[in-house]
Amino acid sequence: MSEPLGGSAAAGARAGEAAEAAAGVAGAGAGVAVDAAPEVGDVERQTLEADIVCVGFGPANAGFLTVLSRGLAESPSVESRVMPGMPPQIICYERADDTAFGVSGIATRARAIRETLPDLDPSQIPMAAPIARETVVYLLDPVGASRRPFAMRAADTALRALRRVDEHAFELPTIPPFLRKHGGLVLSMGQFMQWAGANVMGGGIAQIWPGMPVASSVFDGDRVTGVRLVDQGVDHGGRPDAAFMPGMDIRAALTVVGDGPVGPVGRALDERFGLPEGHHRREWAVGMKMVVELRDGSGLEPGAVLHTIGYPEREIFGFLYVLPGNLASLGIFVPSWFDSPVRTAYRYLQHWMLHPYLWRHLEGGALRSWGAKSLDESGRAGEPRLVGDGYVRIGEGSGSTNVLTGSGVDEAWATGAMLGDGVLELLRAGKPLTRENLERAYLSRRRASWVEKESREAEHARDGFQRGIVRGFLGMALAGMTRGRLGCRARARRTHERIPTLESYYKGRIAPEEIDAIRRDSASRGLPLHDALMDRAGWPAVPLDGKLLVSHQDALLVGGKVQAPAGYADHVAFLYPGLCEGCGTKICIEMCSGQAIAPGENGVPAFDREKCVHCGACLWNCAKPHPEDPERGTIAFRAGAGGLHSAEN
Amino acid sequence: MTSYQIVVCGSIVPDPLQTLEPITTPQGPALKNEMMLPAVLDPWAGHALYEAAHLAAKAPGSKVWLVALAPKAKLQQVMMSIAQKVPFELVAIDGPAGGFTEPHAVASALAEAIRAIPGLDPSRLLVFGGWESASRGAGATMQMVGEILGITDQFQGVDEIAAADDGSFRVLERVEGGQHQVSVCAGAPALFGWATGNLPEPPNNPQVGMANMRTAMPALAKAKPAPAAGDAAAFASVALPQQRRETRIVKDMGSEEIAREIVAWIAGEEVAP
Repeated sequence: MSEPLGGSAAAGARAGEAAEAAAGVAGAGAGVAVDAAPEVGDVERQTLEADIVCVGFGPANAGFLTVLSRGLAESPSVESRVMPGMPPQIICYERADDTAFGVSGIATRARAIRETLPDLDPSQIPMAAPIARETVVYLLDPVGASRRPFAMRAADTALRALRRVDEHAFELPTIPPFLRKHGGLVLSMGQFMQWAGANVMGGGIAQIWPGMPVASSVFDGDRVTGVRLVDQGVDHGGRPDAAFMPGMDIRAALTVVGDGPVGPVGRALDERFGLPEGHHRREWAVGMKMVVELRDGSGLEPGAVLHTIGYPEREIFGFLYVLPGNLASLGIFVPSWFDSPVRTAYRYLQHWMLHPYLWRHLEGGALRSWGAKSLDESGRAGEPRLVGDGYVRIGEGSGSTNVLTGSGVDEAWATGAMLGDGVLELLRAGKPLTRENLERAYLSRRRASWVEKESREAEHARDGFQRGIVRGFLGMALAGMTRGRLGCRARARRTHERIPTLESYYKGRIAPEEIDAIRRDSASRGLPLHDALMDRAGWPAVPLDGKLLVSHQDALLVGGKVQAPAGYADHVAFLYPGLCEGCGTKICIEMCSGQAIAPGENGVPAFDREKCVHCGACLWNCAKPHPEDPERGTIAFRAGAGGLHSAEN
Repeated sequence: MTSYQIVVCGSIVPDPLQTLEPITTPQGPALKNEMMLPAVLDPWAGHALYEAAHLAAKAPGSKVWLVALAPKAKLQQVMMSIAQKVPFELVAIDGPAGGFTEPHAVASALAEAIRAIPGLDPSRLLVFGGWESASRGAGATMQMVGEILGITDQFQGVDEIAAADDGSFRVLERVEGGQHQVSVCAGAPALFGWATGNLPEPPNNPQVGMANMRTAMPALAKAKPAPAAGDAAAFASVALPQQRRETRIVKDMGSEEIAREIVAWIAGEEVAP
């Protein structure tokens, strides 16, 4: 007897019913939970047998499938167990509508990628270039609106007095060795994944199916026996509609979970088995980026890598990587330890671009692409159980990101490649893909690898940011220089524990009465609060030019080309409407990368699937703890179709 | 009901959501970064493919082929989406699909590929395609495919066909004024250039995808290059239409109010946000 993993099996009430029930207890506490995916009752589901099923086509599964398919092509005697006489049946399901619709600004040392592909020629990958120059820049505040602690104000004053400031910026004379990516590559995630996917598919061994979200794992006891794909032909609430097609069950001896930090399959495994003792997922960031076509004579050369600190807020880091073809990949990271209840990434991105140090290069440019994603910033501290009965974890969702070096793509690829080597070893030896065998073939490799060594050194490198920006940088420097032996240790608070009220955040700057008036006005107009509050706090209006500085909605349409195919359920749901009604800090609305979450009726946010870019920021931007699990918020983020349709991010 | 052999001519086009910029290359006009851009099945051809699969499902013993002329690598990528929709066997021709091909050259390559399909029976052959596909909206390519194959019963702008038990078809073709012309076709062989049809895009079915890919991957591997178009056409210049974009997202707005705003915008009047 098998069952789907996670909340989808446990859903007791349909969304509408639960919402009505919750409305009846408004203000009386949590109300009734609208649990995870809606049920469709007992339906007959088709089943497909495979040897290996992979969830998500990101760098990790790209590395896995590259190594595995290449190795199997050299091992014709290895046969499928489900289709004897045939090569092993290997299927990968990707949520997005194309393998090219990933998002990341990538400056990578590319050690693992080059190890897998020793003959790699960057000129064969569109939008790739060798890293030529690296710069770290401290940005001063040219508009006087950002919050700067005493230490930063003192530094600003000293730098200006010493005439070390040009264009309101100070270029650091050197870059700490642990941050350097010299010899590496700048890449477009979309183009790299498209290139890697075409190579895998061209080998004819593995199949990558985009546009097919995986809803959950399928369990037999505590053993993962495969995955269940999402239901299609359903309405927004998940109820059968025209052309209803229940999600198929894909049975496989091994499920490779590489669905990233906000993937529903990996998260459901964590909820079922828990994280290892002492591990947590409390540090996040949303990365929002653009690809910009630069004007001729922008002054930027391909391969240039620029990182910024200090502006638009002290907690926000920026990057600008120059790609071939007069393109730049640029953006900001807004971390979960930026304790603002209105931490919008989009407007901060525009203020960052308008900083004189950057704008001198960007002025006259045009928006080519836009996107956003959540990053698991816990790194190894958030490592889940990597191997279980029937499954393995690879990639960012497996805690592979190095939070000291700010590197994740190469590490994710490395974990996939290690698994590929391990699985090949087992298949060639005719050994089954059992937990014990995978612990020897994959886990041992990973524990002995540079990924493990360096992630241990980095494990506490960012702890200091829990206590402030200065301690954060100090901790990073100490950890980097001592290979993790020293640092500024601090307990990571849960994300909801860090979110202050609007009144406390703006204390001394905006009176509570005025905040209340802004809150009521924004609610009546169905708008987020951040624009009005940032205006009031002194941030200048963004001079939209229709080319590069465009409205948030135009960024979705022109840059992200966001789409949502019909026939799929809403993948974002508010589990406890009663809690939302009483929430005065709806950070889910403010932080939503696509403005897909907006003020709704009775104080419960409304979700518009057609605007969602699947960044997953709503998962960790909730001011209320889940009543049954304080590590979680009260927003469900399920498997969903659509999202970004840009291949350049 | 008669069983059919339905050959759908359908290729890929750059995802229309992307920024498309024509450039001039030594080989003629092309789209900037064409190989970087994601591609989709030509929507016209998509309707034809779904209608073909629908008809085949109703006529036991029928089979659908998809003949596609496109860059092989891009076609492989798009097949991973299209192959999940409906059952078909792929016939691939390796060639450009950026919109700057000459209809006669495309039609010749498609007709040659159709003729090379083993076991085709003209008495059961139906050729489907997108009405305006591969012709920059001129609607010429499918007509030429039919002429080269010697199929004289041709219908363009088709929205619906209904097969009768005697093998004949009742065909609805688009004509001026939002009307349909109703024709009756005696039966195969016939060619249908589809408009939008009436069928929604089918859901993704992994089993269909797996079955299709068993033939699609070998077809891609042995795809022949399309013959060069030669000097059949010279492009004096290429340019995108000028456009002005003003976006505003508003939900639940009445149609009368939308119409009033559009009229005011065209007239150049100030519109309240």
